[in-house]
Amino acid sequence: MSSSYDRGTVESFGRWQEFSAGMWAWVLHKFTGWILIGYLFTHIAVLSTATQSPEMYTDTLQGLEELVIVRFLEIGLLAVAVFHILNGVRLLMVDLGIGLGSQDKSFYASLVLTAVIALASIPTFLGGVF
Amino acid sequence: MSTQVTEQTETETEEQTEEQSPGERRREKKEQLQREREQEKSDLLDEAEETVELKIFRYDPEVPEKEEPRFDSFEVPFFEGMTVLDALIYARDTYDSSLTFRHSCRQAVCGSDALFINGKQRLGCKTQMVDLEWPIRIEPLPHQEVVKDLVVDMEHFYEQMHAVEPYFDPDELPDGEREEQRQTPENREKVKLSTRCIWCGACMSSCNVAAGDNQYLGPAAINKAYRFAMDEREGTDRKEDRLRIIEQEHGVWRCQTQFSCTEVCPKDIPLTEHIQELKREAVKSNLKFW
Repeated sequence: MSSSYDRGTVESFGRWQEFSAGMWAWVLHKFTGWILIGYLFTHIAVLSTATQSPEMYTDTLQGLEELVIVRFLEIGLLAVAVFHILNGVRLLMVDLGIGLGSQDKSFYASLVLTAVIALASIPTFLGGVF
Repeated sequence: MSTQVTEQTETETEEQTEEQSPGERRREKKEQLQREREQEKSDLLDEAEETVELKIFRYDPEVPEKEEPRFDSFEVPFFEGMTVLDALIYARDTYDSSLTFRHSCRQAVCGSDALFINGKQRLGCKTQMVDLEWPIRIEPLPHQEVVKDLVVDMEHFYEQMHAVEPYFDPDELPDGEREEQRQTPENREKVKLSTRCIWCGACMSSCNVAAGDNQYLGPAAINKAYRFAMDEREGTDRKEDRLRIIEQEHGVWRCQTQFSCTEVCPKDIPLTEHIQELKREAVKSNLKFW
């Protein structure tokens, strides 16, 4: 038993197909959290154009809203934010020890709700673009 | 079952050899019996309506041919009620006696045969072959060092278990020398599930956080701490001590509620629930507004 074979940590991500609900919830929560932090910076950058002049702020926003890609990104952002909120509520329940037996169902529910809300927002976000 | 049949033939062998006294005849008889046994085994393989393919992880640093980890395939007859451990035992007894794995009680009590079966930590003796997708892939527990084939090094797991002082230690003993230390039925119910732990290490192996943080106590050890911290007979001072152990940097706060441990626990212990409750207890004992 002089040496032993260490399979390393790579396998953790290599086995993503075998992840369970709780694991996916954790991965998605981290992922959406980082996206929201990234968005925060662009958000501040856009808003800070108002410090130059009101016209510049209006121009920047109108210029952005004219781009189709921005409209699609907005739907994505909404989906990310909604999932992060709903899963945050789920995690709050987990921390309070409420309904831990159905944590997987609440994860699926938050996924479905996110999809419904994102789909419902499409007319609003894409209106007048095409 | 395959294992029972082998046991029978073994006793037969002993009886036969006792009758034959001269060495040569005995060896001859033994060889014949050996042939019969092998014949019987292949009959068993023919008899079985179905056979299962096992893909088993092989590795042995002391054998040059096995230094490079690989998967070996074994064909095993399937019988109703067969567990993964039965299949492993058949493969070892029939094909390769060097196939190494831990097992003892065969009834999910000793906690020796936690294995990574078809991508999930399960007890070999508790997992029915019919419940799995065939062929069956059997590997040693992930995130633990492999010693040989399916045997992993459990030393670190045991260290973490001992770190939470897993023994009953009340503040005061009863007056009478032989007086019992009684527990209320309600309190017993509270710790009941946590007492089921068989130290198999499946939860620790499934935990992503434990994989990345070697100092993290892990689900099993925290569950052990829960079992005693929640025991009302120990008293408040001891509970404070216990909470101090588990609330340290690599204690309960490392848990990120991925529920992997709860998912794989062969004894169905709600591990995440216990960890979360200890988190709340730790906060409460630190705040003490009331």
